[in-house]
Amino acid sequence: MRRLGRRRRWALVALGAVAVAGAAVAITVPRSPTVVTRDEMVAGTPESGAPVELDTTVYLPARTPAPAVLLAHGFGGSKTDLAPEARSLAEHGYVVLTYTARGFGRSGGLIHLDAPAYEVADAKDLVSYLATLPEVRTDAAGDPRVGVAGSSYGGALALLLGADDPRVDAIGADITWSDLTQALFPNGAVTGGAVTSGAVTSGVFKKMWASELFASASPSGSSTSSASASAAHAGPCGRFAPDLCAGYQQAAQTGEPGPDLVALLRASSPAGVLGRITAPTLLSEGEDDSLFTLSQADENAAGIAAHGTPVRVVWRAGGHDGGTSTADLVTSLEGWFDPVLLHGTRPTGSFAVTVPGTGISAATGRAVAQTLEAADGYPSSRTVHVPVAGQPQTVQAPAGGSPAAISSVPGVGGLLAAAASTGVPSGLSAVPGQVARFASAPLPTAVLVAGASTISLDVTASGSSDATLFAAVHVVGAGGTDSLPAGLVSPIHLVGLTPGVPRTVTIRLPAVVSNVAAGDRLVVEIGTTDLAYALPTTPRAYTIALTDGVLSVATVDGRILRGGHPWTWLIVGLAAIAALVVGLAAASAGRRRRRSVVTELGTVPVAVDALVKEYGDGYRAVDGVTFRVEAGQVVGLLGPNGAGKTTTLRVLMGLIRPTSGTVRVFGELVEAGAPVLSRIGSFIEGPGLLPHLSGRDNLRLYWAATGRPSTDSELDTALEIAGLGGSVDRLVKTYSQGMRQRLAIAQAMLGLPELLVLDEPTNGLDPLQIAEMREVLRRYAATGRTVVVSSHLLAEVEQTCTHVVVMHKGRLVAVGSVAEIAAAGRMQLAVDDPDHAVAILAAAGVAAQAVPARRSLEDIFIEMVGEDRD
Amino acid sequence: MADVHDNGFRPGRTLRLRVEFTRQLRRRRTQLAAVVLLVLPVVIAVAFRVSSPSGSSGGGTRSGGGSGSALVTLATTGATNFALFTEFASAGFLLVVIVALFCGDTVASEASWSSLRYLLAIPVPRSRLLRQKLTVGLTLSVGANVLLPAWSFLVGGAFFGWAPGRSPLGGTFTIGVALQRLLVVVAYASVQALVVAALAFLLSVVTDAPLGAVGGATMLVVVSNILDSISALDPYRQYLPTHFQYSWLDALGPTIVWDDMMRGTGAALVYAAVFFAAAWWAFQRKDVVS
Repeated sequence: MRRLGRRRRWALVALGAVAVAGAAVAITVPRSPTVVTRDEMVAGTPESGAPVELDTTVYLPARTPAPAVLLAHGFGGSKTDLAPEARSLAEHGYVVLTYTARGFGRSGGLIHLDAPAYEVADAKDLVSYLATLPEVRTDAAGDPRVGVAGSSYGGALALLLGADDPRVDAIGADITWSDLTQALFPNGAVTGGAVTSGAVTSGVFKKMWASELFASASPSGSSTSSASASAAHAGPCGRFAPDLCAGYQQAAQTGEPGPDLVALLRASSPAGVLGRITAPTLLSEGEDDSLFTLSQADENAAGIAAHGTPVRVVWRAGGHDGGTSTADLVTSLEGWFDPVLLHGTRPTGSFAVTVPGTGISAATGRAVAQTLEAADGYPSSRTVHVPVAGQPQTVQAPAGGSPAAISSVPGVGGLLAAAASTGVPSGLSAVPGQVARFASAPLPTAVLVAGASTISLDVTASGSSDATLFAAVHVVGAGGTDSLPAGLVSPIHLVGLTPGVPRTVTIRLPAVVSNVAAGDRLVVEIGTTDLAYALPTTPRAYTIALTDGVLSVATVDGRILRGGHPWTWLIVGLAAIAALVVGLAAASAGRRRRRSVVTELGTVPVAVDALVKEYGDGYRAVDGVTFRVEAGQVVGLLGPNGAGKTTTLRVLMGLIRPTSGTVRVFGELVEAGAPVLSRIGSFIEGPGLLPHLSGRDNLRLYWAATGRPSTDSELDTALEIAGLGGSVDRLVKTYSQGMRQRLAIAQAMLGLPELLVLDEPTNGLDPLQIAEMREVLRRYAATGRTVVVSSHLLAEVEQTCTHVVVMHKGRLVAVGSVAEIAAAGRMQLAVDDPDHAVAILAAAGVAAQAVPARRSLEDIFIEMVGEDRD
Repeated sequence: MADVHDNGFRPGRTLRLRVEFTRQLRRRRTQLAAVVLLVLPVVIAVAFRVSSPSGSSGGGTRSGGGSGSALVTLATTGATNFALFTEFASAGFLLVVIVALFCGDTVASEASWSSLRYLLAIPVPRSRLLRQKLTVGLTLSVGANVLLPAWSFLVGGAFFGWAPGRSPLGGTFTIGVALQRLLVVVAYASVQALVVAALAFLLSVVTDAPLGAVGGATMLVVVSNILDSISALDPYRQYLPTHFQYSWLDALGPTIVWDDMMRGTGAALVYAAVFFAAAWWAFQRKDVVS
């Protein structure tokens, strides 16, 4: 019953724990607050005299009016790509407007590549549209409180709109361009003193990315567009505006941009309008991005910050070549927009860099990136000078540009980089004879490369007046591993060279973030080919030499971003432990002081006074028991099963706490750990032995545990009493029940205690052993020591004990010497005619009652407890 | 006290550590745990050695594909990396079970043998009984936490040589620095194990079933790990007892990042203090009826 109750309690505890865990999940997993969406076609800027409609969706938060966020999608996408971001921003409390840009999806018009007259004008129309919505909070009539954000194509739009429309309050531009000409025709050659102006042209055509983008917006690429739209725009240009299409086709054939295309790209670039941006701007750029490199964010940030506008720059993991987590983007966007749009404050600029491979994932054990908040803000101009060395080397550029090195492939560059960073030699990038290498010595300390490093080279062309080269910094590990961070190379295009005459060029190497360990080497590689770029078709040779042999490595100083104060955790933990130690010490000191000794009872082995023990379920096992055991007595505690004998003895041994009443042993109050217990030898409710030890070791270790001198143990006497013979050296787990019983009683007798308490000592013993046990107890008592034996075997008690305590159902029934109890306060008179004798006695005034003759304690006992036995 | 009890009894001398160590060390489960800890690194080393001829090229592609841990690919580099790998492989479950065994079984097994009441009848004061039992249990736990990496270091050295350790984040450590880092790892892992030890000890005190105590503490780790993998719990996940379990990985970079290890240590100490306090509170009031 009790057992069941306890089990049920455990089940309840377990159930409760599960419920709490479930509730925690239910509370913390955001239950999607009701976000209502509404689709609508909104009029954009007319094109060629025809109206253009834009496909929009508004996400309305639970509470309105609220500030608005205009989200613009990436190239080749549509408004549906932004649904997860829009929904989570709406749940955060913004009215979110997503739309499909003109030329894509169900929106009308042609693609003008974020041209101010078309896409930017559309976005202004949408801002005006937001101002008409009653759900949107406005700053003034027609001026909504609005932030604009987007990735890539949408990011540039956000910047261009921010520059063009003063109603925009905050900008978030992710992985986007600053100068589209630089992005598609990059040139890593810095215009330096040694290079005459005009010698550096627009750069090397990034043909793979350009064709990829062009294809992604062509009719076959945009399968989502309606049948009529694709029919109307069938042809090589798809939905591209004709001028843009013609410019691309010309560049794709020659590898050089025509003046018309340059003009178009310039118009679509934020670079020219940065000074007009006044809204706080968040610029994030991907570290795995061979399309829009970190340098693009650099230029945007510098241009915007130059006019005092707050800019936060984040170099994040992923990019056009790597994955992007929506959750991360939304979190960083909210972090920037909330102060501006919700609280109306103006943030300050900052700079965070995600450094790959600075931590190890606890879940997977793999290297992961951590974010570092730059200590000196942005831009960081720190550099470390690393000497590099190498003889002048001559490299060949093959005719037709093939075979070509592969550094990155649009969209999968990150995979190659990941393979390279884990130790696979970047063999793909190395074509023999095409690469000049200049290596540093092993670095004495770790260096965090963050940004575009620079180096000066002397380039000599033979057989041509122009040069196309690709520069990169490899990290070569101590074990020979060679990795190219992010798979990025920096193309260099030089013109106006005189064959055979060296020219000194300062080169900006690709902007990367890489933690270079101490012992690794940095190797500058100058190659002649790269598959991703348009290459000259004529064969050439160049001689590359170091100018001064100094590699200026860009770096940042900062600390790994892990919010909060780790010290508080440690302090709280240490305080908790200190509290525990102090608490335990105080509690045990308190207990030690509580000792209570009654000296008058100093010679009384056991004094039980009004003892009550009620168990948790209300059952009274002992109910007001009072008795004494005097020195030298052998007291039998008598009663049927469940009379409360064992409970009384458990209290006597300090194992359980009485509900009320006291037990004193030699005058000292018994409680858990009372020192007086050391004067008692006990055997309660069966043996408790260590099964993996022999009988002898059990006794030896038990005595050792008492901490008393081993000479006091009387081990041999006890072993003799146990009578185990040679079995004392066998393991206890091989013992029979009787052997364990005897060993346990021997354990109780170790040290020959003044008081011996035995609970049912004869259980499991055969009659012969019972007789022996009686003899043992009698001899023990003969030494003047006191013995308390509980038993339900009456004959045993009668033969062994001098005194008896009879209990029944927790109550005391009788106390006294065996003789007294047996006499039970009455004399016996044998008569041959009981009825007659009673009559005579009654006549004489003596009350009499006829009872059967009794001889044994057993009969007394049955009479005492018999009437209410069940 | 001595004048009152002239039988030589001193509460402070009961159940001395030497006695309790003897009682525990002679148990089969202690010996079995030691054997497992001694055999495991050898088995792992043999497995690496057997598979390495064909696996040396395969190891590269595996990591390139992004599966497996950075510590696995470096495990055969030398003694240090092998020790780190076995620590990483064992910290999640094996060491948890062993610590739970040492600290969870200690009181409950006495109760199940019925020997607990005889210890209390000596009398070993209850507080002292817990203290001695806990000291021995924790010492054995720390012993296991030290034995595994130390032995792995030797086994790794014998199998794969004594090359300087290589960080999974790039770069190498000299043997001296590597040993320092290993020490930080072992110390931190031991502090983390304190949570399991404390809960196991608490359960050991309140239940009479040794298996219940060991299993209950192990279950805490499993449940905590499951909850920890639910990112939606995020602001609260960091308070889970196993959230910072592997933060010792921060000791393997070019510089040691202490932030998460400080957090993990603080959290572990708070949990341990609460569980230990509950254990003491419960045992002081417990009616020993088994």
